[in-house]
Amino acid sequence: MKLKTLIVLSCMLLGGSVFSAAQEVTDATALTDTAAVAAPRPIADLFARDSENDHGHSLTLSWTISPDDGAGQMNVIGYELYRALSPDGEFELRGKFPFGAASYIDVGAKEKESSQYSPDHTDFYYKVRALTSDPEVFTDSEIFGPVQSYGQWFNTGRIPVLVFVIGFLTTTVILIRRARGGADLFVRRLPGIEAVDEAIGRATEMGKPILYVLGLGTAADIATIASYTILGRVAKKVAEYQTGLIVPCYDPVTMTVAQETVKTAYADAGRPDAYSEDMVYFVTQSQFAYVAAVNGTMLRERPATNIYMGKFFAESLILAETGAFAGSIQISGTDEIAQIPFFVVACDYTLIGEELYAASAYLGREPLLLGSLKAQDYAKAAVILLAIIGFLTMNFGLEGFKELFYISN
Amino acid sequence: MKRQLPLALVFIFGIFCIFQYFVPHESSEWIYEFLLAWIYIIGILTLALGIWSLIRVSWDKVQHRRPNWQYALVTLLGLFAMITFGFDYCRSFFSSEGLRNYMFVHFFDYILIPIQATMFSLLAFFIASASYRAFRARSLLASLLLLAALVIMLRFNPYLGFVGEYMEQLATWLLNVPNLAAKRAIIVGVGLGIVATSLKVILGIERNYLGRD
Repeated sequence: MKLKTLIVLSCMLLGGSVFSAAQEVTDATALTDTAAVAAPRPIADLFARDSENDHGHSLTLSWTISPDDGAGQMNVIGYELYRALSPDGEFELRGKFPFGAASYIDVGAKEKESSQYSPDHTDFYYKVRALTSDPEVFTDSEIFGPVQSYGQWFNTGRIPVLVFVIGFLTTTVILIRRARGGADLFVRRLPGIEAVDEAIGRATEMGKPILYVLGLGTAADIATIASYTILGRVAKKVAEYQTGLIVPCYDPVTMTVAQETVKTAYADAGRPDAYSEDMVYFVTQSQFAYVAAVNGTMLRERPATNIYMGKFFAESLILAETGAFAGSIQISGTDEIAQIPFFVVACDYTLIGEELYAASAYLGREPLLLGSLKAQDYAKAAVILLAIIGFLTMNFGLEGFKELFYISN
Repeated sequence: MKRQLPLALVFIFGIFCIFQYFVPHESSEWIYEFLLAWIYIIGILTLALGIWSLIRVSWDKVQHRRPNWQYALVTLLGLFAMITFGFDYCRSFFSSEGLRNYMFVHFFDYILIPIQATMFSLLAFFIASASYRAFRARSLLASLLLLAALVIMLRFNPYLGFVGEYMEQLATWLLNVPNLAAKRAIIVGVGLGIVATSLKVILGIERNYLGRD
């Protein structure tokens, strides 16, 4: 009897489970039917205009998101932007973005061969499609157009830079005129440059050469151009003292210019015959192969002085430490901020940042060069003043002053 | 003329490049890109001069058996071996096929790259030796540098407990306030120096790079 009851109860339980499972499936089907995705309301206020301060081929679009985006049925999962050459033309997809997006910059390619080419001065029509989880259910906005893209002839976002350039140029010209007129312009001391003469004298006494490294920059780098001036000065002194000079180069263009610079310096010193093209030679354009070559030269030739001026990267410390081990006097200068600490640690004298650029004026002592150096100093004073004003205005909540210096790309 | 023409070219193209910065129009960009292309053209041509310079200097050392001439010989052998395999005479002289040459690839992958990696890894040891010199507390400033370096280095030490948290805060302050202020000051100075030097080059005040007539 008990067994019979147990079997009956088991059957009931099993039957009940099967029934409830079937009921859940039925309920889910009913739910799906009733929650079929409804068409969302469209976006509003679609507006397109040419993108500012660019070379063209770009349009900036904005709109108000669909009321069903993040509200109501919350069924807008994203948007698609379409473009056509006429309101009745074939619309092509230009961009996809997630829900919440309310603007887009439609940037096309300027190359005619590109599939993304977007011509300037051509009428375009746009619409934005609000998407739902169901690919078949969406809503298009009203079509906006026509709108054209075109390039600008002046980047208004760079007016602060223009003002600075004009101001700096004017100051430079005024100070050059003053220097030419005989005004005594004070120039700060640069111990690193003053040490050059001493180092060349030491090399002459020791009968050892001077190693001059122009760095890894190209001839187009301003740091390398500044380095040529110092090289010219060093080469002239070397020619006068009849000391050896070694200039291993990383870049062939740099080498060509450096050869001319050294040749000129030897001629100016009245010893053109002492110049040899082998003083300035090309090594390699591979960073660490160059380092290996220069280090080898340091350890074999044991130069009395190593001068590093120009652009340096990861090799700076390897060079400077090897030079220190070799017992050379070392003078360095670079505008690469990350490398300055390495040079400061490993070298006897270091020109920090803009001192590298000031060196040419310091060495030349010509009115033209001194004028530009003084302009640099005045500009720095102006920057300090503006920084103080900026600090005060920001602390008093006056954001307008900061906006004056905003520069767009 | 030999001096005036380069100065005139530098002035014209220098002024153009200043204006180009303020003119985003496509035609301005086109001229700018055209000018930049010349850098590559000149660079490729001068590469021949560079290789000639390397060969001449190295050959001179080998020929006259100057001190350490063996290194120059290795340089020449390496140069010519890579050129020979790179051009891959047997297959296609004027294509980049040589870059896939078996010997070229093996020399590059198994000799050049390990040697370069070795050179780069030396940096770790040089940093240690440079730090040792820099962090000797010989003066007040050197002592401050040592203290700052200790804070920066020890901030991630897990055994410092609650002290580590203070160190972390102090290190962040050191990096974000005095360190960043100094960096920005150098950046401003460098920027002004670049502008001043550029103006000097464009206006023909700085002409050392031109050499003599």
